[in-house]
Amino acid sequence: MASVGVAQFHQVFFEESLEGLDVMESSLLALDEGGDSELVNTIFRAAHSIKGGSATFGFPEMAAFTHEAESLLDELRDGRRAIDGTIVELLLRTVDCLRGMFARAQSGQPLNNAEAESLRGQMAAALGRKIEPKAAPSRRAGDHADAWRIDFRPHQGMLAGGNDPLRLFRELAALGELQVQPVLDRLPPLAALKPAQCHLGWVLELGGPATRDQIAAVFDWVEDECELTIEPLHVVADEPAPAAGVPAGKPPAAAAVHGAESGSVRVSIDKIDGLIDLVGELVITQSMLDQFREEFDTAKLALLQQGLTQLARHTRELQESVMGVRMLPIGSVFNRFPRLVRDLTQKLGKQVKLELVGEQTELDKTVLEKIGDPLVHLVRNAIDHGLEMPDRRRAVGKAQTGALRLEAFHRGGNIVVEVSDDGAGLNREAIVAKALQRGLIASGDQLSDEQVAELIFQPGFSTAAVATDLSGRGVGMDVVRRNVSDLGGAVAIRTRSGHGTVFTITLPLTLAIIDGLTAAVGREHYIVPLVSIIESVQARPETLHRVTGGGELFRFRDEYLPVLRLHQLFGCTGAQAAIEEGLLIVVEGDGTRVALLVDGLIGQQQAVVKSLEANYRRVGGISGATILADGSVALIVDVAGLIRLQSRSKAA
Amino acid sequence: MSQPNSPASASPVDMPATSQYLAVNLAHEEYAIDLLAVREIRAWTPVTRIPQAPSYVLGVLNLRGAIVPVLDLRLRFGLAREEYGATTVTVIVIVAGRLFGAVVDGVSDVLEVSAGDVRPVPDMGTAVDTEYLKGLTSVAERMVLLLDVDKLLQPQDAQMLEAALPAAADVRAVA
Repeated sequence: MASVGVAQFHQVFFEESLEGLDVMESSLLALDEGGDSELVNTIFRAAHSIKGGSATFGFPEMAAFTHEAESLLDELRDGRRAIDGTIVELLLRTVDCLRGMFARAQSGQPLNNAEAESLRGQMAAALGRKIEPKAAPSRRAGDHADAWRIDFRPHQGMLAGGNDPLRLFRELAALGELQVQPVLDRLPPLAALKPAQCHLGWVLELGGPATRDQIAAVFDWVEDECELTIEPLHVVADEPAPAAGVPAGKPPAAAAVHGAESGSVRVSIDKIDGLIDLVGELVITQSMLDQFREEFDTAKLALLQQGLTQLARHTRELQESVMGVRMLPIGSVFNRFPRLVRDLTQKLGKQVKLELVGEQTELDKTVLEKIGDPLVHLVRNAIDHGLEMPDRRRAVGKAQTGALRLEAFHRGGNIVVEVSDDGAGLNREAIVAKALQRGLIASGDQLSDEQVAELIFQPGFSTAAVATDLSGRGVGMDVVRRNVSDLGGAVAIRTRSGHGTVFTITLPLTLAIIDGLTAAVGREHYIVPLVSIIESVQARPETLHRVTGGGELFRFRDEYLPVLRLHQLFGCTGAQAAIEEGLLIVVEGDGTRVALLVDGLIGQQQAVVKSLEANYRRVGGISGATILADGSVALIVDVAGLIRLQSRSKAA
Repeated sequence: MSQPNSPASASPVDMPATSQYLAVNLAHEEYAIDLLAVREIRAWTPVTRIPQAPSYVLGVLNLRGAIVPVLDLRLRFGLAREEYGATTVTVIVIVAGRLFGAVVDGVSDVLEVSAGDVRPVPDMGTAVDTEYLKGLTSVAERMVLLLDVDKLLQPQDAQMLEAALPAAADVRAVA
């Protein structure tokens, strides 16, 4: 079967085309800032490859679509058309649209949608041709209809958030004629029914001239707490209804990122040659050591020692090089920001100059894939909240154009990524007021700036007076912190009112090897990751306080930290129970500090992280295992998990 | 390793299908583990205990770089563990791509068992748990209980735990 033969190349075609699209995008952005005509050629070549490929691999819709873009680029190339902002904007949207097509092609959905048709029409119009009848208004059916069917299934906990379905229905009724039909399929038996939970679903039919966006806006506040499908009733749509619960649509970049996460890594030939050299040397060392098996006398001892030293060095180099294969430059993540910043600043009417530094800094592939979203969030925040409008900036005597800087560099054994802006800085009063209102703090008087900044990492915290569609919904910084700490890193914030804010993300070089301290608990050994350790101290009796309910607090500088007894949490026998006799390791996880009681410290070591889940399962408070020099297994402590474990055992 | 006849390789000629089993001793009884599932047999060595594990999971050991959980079949079947002696061995078993070790009192033999000779385990009332047994057979007048290795580590436990964890995280996010 011929189609099977072609299908096996699809993945490669997708990867190459997505790279081509990245090239198109960055070249278009450069063109927008006054680049030369060679850029047009680059863009043209990329578009041409995609067109050719999509025709070959059986995606005629994509080929036809790219063909229009190519014709447009051809005119630019020949100088028949001037390069201006509108054209660049149109072509950028074309790139987005193609990314969407690739995402749909990968998941086997139909390629064309209303957006693609309308863009194609616009390109044809720009080329001076009539808009094809295919792009008739009925194609926009996905957004306009004279009646809607809304499938609304709240999650059980929706009511706890203070969301009343009745209010939503009243709002909907204001848009048109509303019919409400409850769905009872999730109703539990009476004995199991919890009165405070929502067990009902509803099917609503709304007649009238409402648009999809208007309806989606009604459900804005509950969209994370329900399953929502909005589909037109009377108009037959060509496209499948958008996925449930995504009325606004995610930025198209998300689709492209998803594609990039798939399996393969491109490794430069230098790295592979380096590896082959190292293996060659390893083989030579091994054969040299092999001689000693035949005959050995003490005269050769020095030679043996030399051989072993060599072996150790080669092994270490080989380890580093193999790790290096997984290391990719952070530039691949940074590259998405020029576009993001351009779109955001246009939308908000701000002026921002983005500076990227250290794009060549290499990071582990897994870390790289997961650091993108937190960074996007920080950049969006910086532009939306941090940097001021041009006239405001002029008024306080700053340059009209704000500066946003993304920088990656090595520090110690870590990679540091900094997002800094020269905007207004954090608004201390607003944060304190909001924290008071939410009951996070009792009074804002004694808080240091550091502690105030820490408040924005609380779940659901936002000070934006008006929620924009960019940020300010109150989900954010806590997710950033959680994502980063999932990667074994940490987020810190420095801010000066009126001068700007710096977010510093510290990440481990690799997830596969961590630095840790080996701690003894009874006869067992556990490894505590160095990144989460703040200090280890011998507790003096006067710094310990026993409080009600059996809780124990340890005074560390001017903080009171709860004492977690590792032997109790992990059920170790023969461990030191008296805090004064043991050692307290002050650790931090998820922004919470606790003191961990162990018997003592044995030493520091690098640990190769092995998965427990591969053959067993996830264990609370344990992030993995490692193999010690004697071949036995030691478990690695997950500090954040341990804190969760402790609070859960308290709740139980 | 030569491929023994497995029950799955439906014989082209109509011969009774036989399977090979590894016979192991446990509290003076003979049990048998499907030989195709056995990876290797190791002398018993102490393992690293894991927290929050059921008592029959002794801990994990290092099998050439892989972290493998080890369970004690005596404890698994509710028998007392007296001591780990010279013949105590860990049988490394692979089930659905996952490795685990089973500690038994000793290994004795490889048995050929034809499918027709396997009899169901008689119902011994609810007090006796027979869910880990596939059946029983007799070899040279000895009774041999065939173990159902798939059920020993009870993956459903793991799945339940996995399902519970995100829920706990949600609670935290709401709080």
